[in-house]
Amino acid sequence: MLKFVFGKLLLAACVALTVSAVSFGLLHLAGDPAIALAGESASEADIEAIRVNFGYDRPLLVQYGDWLSRAATGDFGISRFFNKPVSELVWDRLPITMMLGVFAIIFALVLAIPMGVLAATRPNSWFDRIALFISVVGQAIPSFWFGLILIVIFSINLGWLPASGASSWKNFVLPTVVLGYFATPALMRLTRTGMLDVLASDYVRTARAKGLPTRKVLFKHALRNAMIPVVSLAAVQMGFMLSGSIIVESVFALPGAGQLAWVSISRNDLPMIQALILIFSMFYIVFTFAADVLNAWLDPRLRVS
Amino acid sequence: MSAQTVAAVPPRLTPRQQLWRRAWRHKGLVFGATVLAVIVLLAVFAPLVAPHDPYRQNLLARMVPPVFLGGTWDHPLGTDALGRDYLSRLLYGARISLMIGFVTAMISAVIGSVLGILGGYFGGKVDAVVTFLISVRLAMPVVLVALAVVALLGGSLIVMMTVLGLLLWDRFAVVLRTATRQVRSMEYVAAAEVLGASLPRILFKDILPNVMSQLIVIATLEMAHAILLEASLSFLGLGVRPPTPSWGLMISEGKEMLLFQPWLIAIPGVALFLVVISINMFGDGVRDITAPEGRN
Repeated sequence: MLKFVFGKLLLAACVALTVSAVSFGLLHLAGDPAIALAGESASEADIEAIRVNFGYDRPLLVQYGDWLSRAATGDFGISRFFNKPVSELVWDRLPITMMLGVFAIIFALVLAIPMGVLAATRPNSWFDRIALFISVVGQAIPSFWFGLILIVIFSINLGWLPASGASSWKNFVLPTVVLGYFATPALMRLTRTGMLDVLASDYVRTARAKGLPTRKVLFKHALRNAMIPVVSLAAVQMGFMLSGSIIVESVFALPGAGQLAWVSISRNDLPMIQALILIFSMFYIVFTFAADVLNAWLDPRLRVS
Repeated sequence: MSAQTVAAVPPRLTPRQQLWRRAWRHKGLVFGATVLAVIVLLAVFAPLVAPHDPYRQNLLARMVPPVFLGGTWDHPLGTDALGRDYLSRLLYGARISLMIGFVTAMISAVIGSVLGILGGYFGGKVDAVVTFLISVRLAMPVVLVALAVVALLGGSLIVMMTVLGLLLWDRFAVVLRTATRQVRSMEYVAAAEVLGASLPRILFKDILPNVMSQLIVIATLEMAHAILLEASLSFLGLGVRPPTPSWGLMISEGKEMLLFQPWLIAIPGVALFLVVISINMFGDGVRDITAPEGRN
């Protein structure tokens, strides 16, 4: 087990390092940061001064090494737009995004698991078909549009929930629904197929033959085993959600890290963008690592291969 | 007597005929393909179908409501805040969406299939490299990276398609890697190797045709994915630039009039939904009729 965890940890570190190098390279090759900073009316001398001042004249590899060694200590430089340390701004905004992510995954699981279980106990029934239909339709609705429609209905027409800001729990209701519904179809389908497999297994038949009530068979015997892949998918979805928060947060003007990313991209705030890409990908890497370890712990067969 | 027994045996169908028969019986596939075909035709013939020039502004006819909300047939879907005909913009917007979806899916299909097939066929170290590349790609936040790079390079169509194409290949690689592994263990591949067939011959003649159906299914899903992403980027104001009639941009412009003219965002949203759902249903249908367990 220890060897397995260590191997996965090493791999995760390599992935993180490569992601940081690729995103650093991409951003620097996509445009000259000095020109972007100087603005349109800057003279050639101004641009050159900015280039020297911020160190953009050094070789890319040196800049990357410098940035990485600082980032490792939590120093992501100074935001060009806000004129404050990047790490300070990010730590300020991150709690909102993390809260939103946790709410959204709970919402998705609360919706997906019962629906998946119910669909699996009655395969091809009308409920199963409706659940499938909802998941097909749900995946085709653009999240930013869904958010706007919810604003029209619940904020403008009914006046129940606020459309923007983060002053109370009410502000989180609509963003949670928008971010969470996107993860629901996949989780529901996985619960359904997992349950179908488990319900056909011998030990469930034994449990039934013993005369256990259906509820006990479903929840104590079947669901526990069907949940293993769902847990790991939920962890992966959580990683995706955090980077999906950029769209949801700008629709609802929720001042989290996603909205911060949107503002920094519109303002060409390179140090901020780099830091956020690294942080969001670290979240994904940590979550998938946790899911791998959890799975290996629950299912010893995975540790061998 | 013997003539009767012969007549009772159903006519033998070629595999291709069987496939067509299964396709026609699959309701989702027929529905998806029909809606998609109509949308593609409308997009291709947009200059002939559109009642007005999608760029022509008419400040005397701003925000005219659509016919079903009390407008006139002169502007069946009304006009936007600059008095541009909404139906015409919608039709031209379909061209942008479909083109971005198609080209992006093509670029990522090439990258993903090359990686997936190589990893699945050779295994060992090659496979380890491919798996590592897939993990790296999955760990990169797509929306964030795409937004940042497109914003830096400027939001032209070509930039959009290239950036998205370079980012969306992960599913192709994952699925084709597994599919190639399965095909590789088949005896006909071993036979081809024993016969001394060249590597390109094995990859193109033995492997590729047998993973083609999975490739098509993923291509449809990624096409839908790319269309949604383009709309999201344009909605955030960092994708296709105005006055190009992109659906995401139309929703973003309509957002300002959310309070009084909600149809300005409802119409392009429904169009986006229809395109994506018809592509997804088409893809799901192709998967159902080509997967062995879908046959009866």
